[in-house]
Amino acid sequence: MTPVTVKGVNPADVKDVARAQTDENRPWWVRTYIPAILGGMGVTMRHLIANLRNRRNTATIEYPEVKREYSPRFRGRHYLKKRPSGDPRCVACYMCATACPADCIFIVAGEHPDPAIEKYPVEFVIDGLRCIYCGYCVDACPEDAIAMTRDYEMAGYHREDFIWDKDYLLNWRDRVEREDGYQPYEGEIDKERMSRGRL
Amino acid sequence: MDGTGLAISLAKAGFVAFLLLNAVPLLVWLERRGAAFIQDRIGPNRTSIAGFALAGLVQPLADVVKFMFKEDFVPPSANRTFYLLAPIITLIPALMTFAVVPFADVVRIGERLVQMQVADLNVGILYVFAIASLGVYGVVLAGWASNNKYSFLGSVRASAQMISYELSMGLSVLGLVMVFGTLQLDDMVRAQGARLFGVLPLWGIVLQPLGFLLFVISVFAETNRLPFDLAESEAELVVGYHTEYSSMKFATFFMAEYIAMTTGAALIVSLFLGGWQVPFVSSETLNGWTADLLGPGAGSWLAALIQFGSFSAKLGFFLWLFIWVRWTLPRFRYDQLMRLGWKVMLPLALANLLVTAAVLLVIDGAAGR
Repeated sequence: MTPVTVKGVNPADVKDVARAQTDENRPWWVRTYIPAILGGMGVTMRHLIANLRNRRNTATIEYPEVKREYSPRFRGRHYLKKRPSGDPRCVACYMCATACPADCIFIVAGEHPDPAIEKYPVEFVIDGLRCIYCGYCVDACPEDAIAMTRDYEMAGYHREDFIWDKDYLLNWRDRVEREDGYQPYEGEIDKERMSRGRL
Repeated sequence: MDGTGLAISLAKAGFVAFLLLNAVPLLVWLERRGAAFIQDRIGPNRTSIAGFALAGLVQPLADVVKFMFKEDFVPPSANRTFYLLAPIITLIPALMTFAVVPFADVVRIGERLVQMQVADLNVGILYVFAIASLGVYGVVLAGWASNNKYSFLGSVRASAQMISYELSMGLSVLGLVMVFGTLQLDDMVRAQGARLFGVLPLWGIVLQPLGFLLFVISVFAETNRLPFDLAESEAELVVGYHTEYSSMKFATFFMAEYIAMTTGAALIVSLFLGGWQVPFVSSETLNGWTADLLGPGAGSWLAALIQFGSFSAKLGFFLWLFIWVRWTLPRFRYDQLMRLGWKVMLPLALANLLVTAAVLLVIDGAAGR
């Protein structure tokens, strides 16, 4: 096997450099590691002093007062969109429930009195504890009826608090102001990319 | 011992115990805030009394309350007697060692000269080593009695480590004992008031620089602080020997660690950094100034206070060094620890001892003794 040669470098030199890096060839005062330890302590002290002087470089976000800025596509708690009449836009087609990998959407369809609208959800329940916040329901919806917010502050005293029914999903944003998160795709659909399985 | 003497002794013991026990929450605060700032975080700053968080100093109070009210669980498979005994055996020696550390020069109360040291033992240093090595029993008992493999591994490591480093610890101080010709800590501190060429304070660190380095490293190992915290090794052994301990029993181990740290730092200061000696001002000069100012009685108190301040400042620096090193260096691998202890520290300590003995012999010979 011929050795791999790098242009302009004598392989013998490389070997010497490698040997020079080993412990035995360093001077004794380096091998006590004391200069290196002192150097390391200098690094930590520099950080300490800089952080005592001002908090610019600290990574801590002081949570309840300061909140992390999340992306506009953040997938937080869902909400159901409404028609101008106030009814849900949902037509109970079960597309979201079918797309859901966590199987957390439960829908009961009913006949809508308006003949222009075929169906409407009598019940629409999302189990927030099963949900994995993947946003597939948003992608699947043909009516742009479901979308996500940037709400991640989901705490509750009971498991029941996380069973979000239709009324809750339609109206919770009226009670709590939350920015929009992941929304249905609204641009031109690239047919070619779609055929490859990507939107 | 008459009644007044007893009262004075009790007062001194009480003062030292108060000092040590109150050093713990302060050190915990310093550790947590220091670590946070070193790692670009902020650290505990929320707990407050009536809106005053005092930069997080209230946090240890809340921690104590938490420790008191946590479930005190004894594992059913543990050996109950030894399990309960272990934290006590760890804490008591940590508290006891400080008894021989002098923290100021003598103070005049009426006709009586009071030494600012709980017990002025003529075997001072030997006492320190004897008591400090008792600490290992608590660790071994805790690990063994818990009946948990992590605790057991932690205690086995800790005992091997403490025994290995006790050797170089003792040998590194022997040189100093030979130089000063005494085992009493108070006499050693007093001897460190001398000057070299009238300028440089003749502290232990000047006389025995290598001994100082070895002793500091050994103290790190003896107190199980990083980079020698193989007894705890939270990354591999949960927390080692005290894994199975909860509530105040865990807090007792915690306190013992910080008190051992304080005692270790106090020993370093007393042996190598002049103890309560104020740099460049001898105790006689200081007492002269304060006596001119307030008279001999109150003057000696003021001098003692200044010396105590000097002692505390040095102590504080070394306590900070413990914390600083912990958040700088990673933990040794076990074979590296043993190699350092037996193949580096021990020969160096022996060589230091030999050279010191030879030099002393030459000096004594030159002086015609």
